[in-house]
Amino acid sequence: MSQTLFDKLWNAHIVQAETEQAPALLYVDLHLIHEVTSPQAFAELAARGLKVRCPERTVATMDHSTPTWAADLQGQRRYASEQAWEQVRTLMENCDRHGITLHDWDSPNRGVVHVMAPELGLTRPGMTIVCGDSHTSTHGAFGALAFGIGTSEVGHVLASQCLLQRKPKTMRIRVEGELGPGVTAKDLVLHVIGKVGVDAGTGHVIEFAGSAIRALDMEGRMTVCNMAIEAGARAGLIAPDQTTVDWLRGRAHCPQGEAFERAAVEWLALASDTDARFDRDVLVEADEIAPSITYGTHPGMVVAIDQAVPHAADATAARALDYMQVEPGKPLLGRKIDVVFVGSCTNARLGDLRSAAEIMRGRRVAQGVRMLVVPGSEQVRKAAEAEGLDQVFRDAGAEWREPGCSMCIAMNGDRVAPGQTAVSTSNRNFEGRQGPGSRTFLASPATAAACAVAGHIADPRRLDGEPEVHIHFPAPRHMEARP
Amino acid sequence: MKPLRQLSSKTLVLDQDNIDTDQIIPARFLTTTSRDGLAAAAFADWRFDEQGRPKADSPLNAPTAQTCEILVAGDNFGCGSSREHAVWALMQFGFRVVISAKIADIFRANALKNGLLAIEVDRDTQRWLLAHPGAELNIDVTECRLDLPGNGAGTELWSVTFELDPFARTCLLEGVDALGYLLAQSDAIAEFEQRREAA
Ligand code: SF4
Repeated sequence: MSQTLFDKLWNAHIVQAETEQAPALLYVDLHLIHEVTSPQAFAELAARGLKVRCPERTVATMDHSTPTWAADLQGQRRYASEQAWEQVRTLMENCDRHGITLHDWDSPNRGVVHVMAPELGLTRPGMTIVCGDSHTSTHGAFGALAFGIGTSEVGHVLASQCLLQRKPKTMRIRVEGELGPGVTAKDLVLHVIGKVGVDAGTGHVIEFAGSAIRALDMEGRMTVCNMAIEAGARAGLIAPDQTTVDWLRGRAHCPQGEAFERAAVEWLALASDTDARFDRDVLVEADEIAPSITYGTHPGMVVAIDQAVPHAADATAARALDYMQVEPGKPLLGRKIDVVFVGSCTNARLGDLRSAAEIMRGRRVAQGVRMLVVPGSEQVRKAAEAEGLDQVFRDAGAEWREPGCSMCIAMNGDRVAPGQTAVSTSNRNFEGRQGPGSRTFLASPATAAACAVAGHIADPRRLDGEPEVHIHFPAPRHMEARP
Repeated sequence: MKPLRQLSSKTLVLDQDNIDTDQIIPARFLTTTSRDGLAAAAFADWRFDEQGRPKADSPLNAPTAQTCEILVAGDNFGCGSSREHAVWALMQFGFRVVISAKIADIFRANALKNGLLAIEVDRDTQRWLLAHPGAELNIDVTECRLDLPGNGAGTELWSVTFELDPFARTCLLEGVDALGYLLAQSDAIAEFEQRREAA
């Protein structure tokens, strides 16, 4: 019988098939952990006298509660609270006790979990990957079955390397055609979420396919799968191809030499059969997609940047418009902003920073606007600094910080003040997500940069007072693999 | 985990779609390393203003709120982040049941692992529940049945059934979590690992 990519990944990891009485037992190849969702799971293990079954399949980083300020001369870091430091220290102790590799302050690979794991080649096609974090869907960009879990399940995986799961349904979203100039993977995925809705993927795994997806580089594919959860799907998937293989070659945790080429042959065979059936199939035309921006309080409330904000269809939407102080019937262009955040596991990779820097180069952050640029990982930071992107941002008046989740979740002290308006490259515009009372408009790094320069919501294709469409979007270059 | 077999309670209604886990518990409360002490964090920004004063218009601040064990909400409840703190906070606030027409996947999985019954009902039932805050409901977990009161004087009680994974149901009824079951499968897990090693 023909199979989807998801079926193949699922079947290869079934320890015990599901029955009416019990869910399937699914084996986990890689368990990523961080400081926020793991302490209570380790405490549960300790309370039951259990040990970590496979420390070698567990990798930790610290990203959510960590300050993005550089350490001071004494090596001290400015944690948002005693509790935040306590949480990070608990992770250090737990990793130490159980023999788990932790990428801490000294590691050249520390970063936001969904940025650093792929960089290291920890994420590879055909794997099952989980993390106590909903954006684990990111790793599906490599043709791995990857999804977020809660803390109880973190405990399950630590103790047994398995999860109890019912088989989800499948949904395919095909994006066919070519993206227009200045339209990025972020615009694509925002558009798709707007089209299918924020709960369309509930109970499903989404496979993204079609020529516009194939044409994306790995960074773009990660951006797309990252936001599968914003369409309700725990996991997003993209079948591996030569782009995937080329990106992975030489990465630290990938097989090397001959062994890599053998693995690559297996990876390239991971695809949905041509006659595979999906429970739901959606087609999106790439040429419909423009630079997109959200206007409400969930990622599905999205418009093309020059399009009018729709009138509220129900009370929930009306409340959202009211919260955002958005006037329906008019485009958002010209709306004044206070903060621009370029960062997060959605859009803080090298290509994202390049695309923002391209706009910032030789321009300045508008007066009264604060711009924060937070690279997704130490590797991204170093690569960006090596090509002088940090200087471009600094010269423009933006703050260049150390890697972490930062303002995406606003739990480390980086936050948008009450009542302020931010344009962010992150993934959630929920009420108060970037700080109590904050208002968030989600967009691509290029759009965010254009807004920073303009001081208000702006179209990256047409900067103020600069009539020509003259922004050059560099062709994606691959980030150098490092050991 | 406390078993849940049967429960009768008035409902608290939050008539809004897409109530995400950032609303249920804002991220600034997540620096904790404990599961406890989260009752005050539940819906903190809906309940309190910037000065920490209770907002008068929030149903969550009604004098009866913390005695309501059933929360009724709009679609896509619990969407967003995987933080299990959302479930812990709701339970510590006093809820044992969440009812919606659509509940987000990760939230639902987290809820059932902690003994918070998260159930989906059909659209009509949801609409009725949203329109009748404070309705007195009875929930029978053994039979997966929800009993609703009549529409006023003299009208009959009515019932709907809900779907509940048989495994999760057993866990709820017996008050056990899944970890014990998982650990009992360790031979099968070891065998799987060996099989893959050999391949
Ligand atoms: S960057 Fe934001 S979305 Fe990504 S892992 Fe961190 S907090 Fe979560």
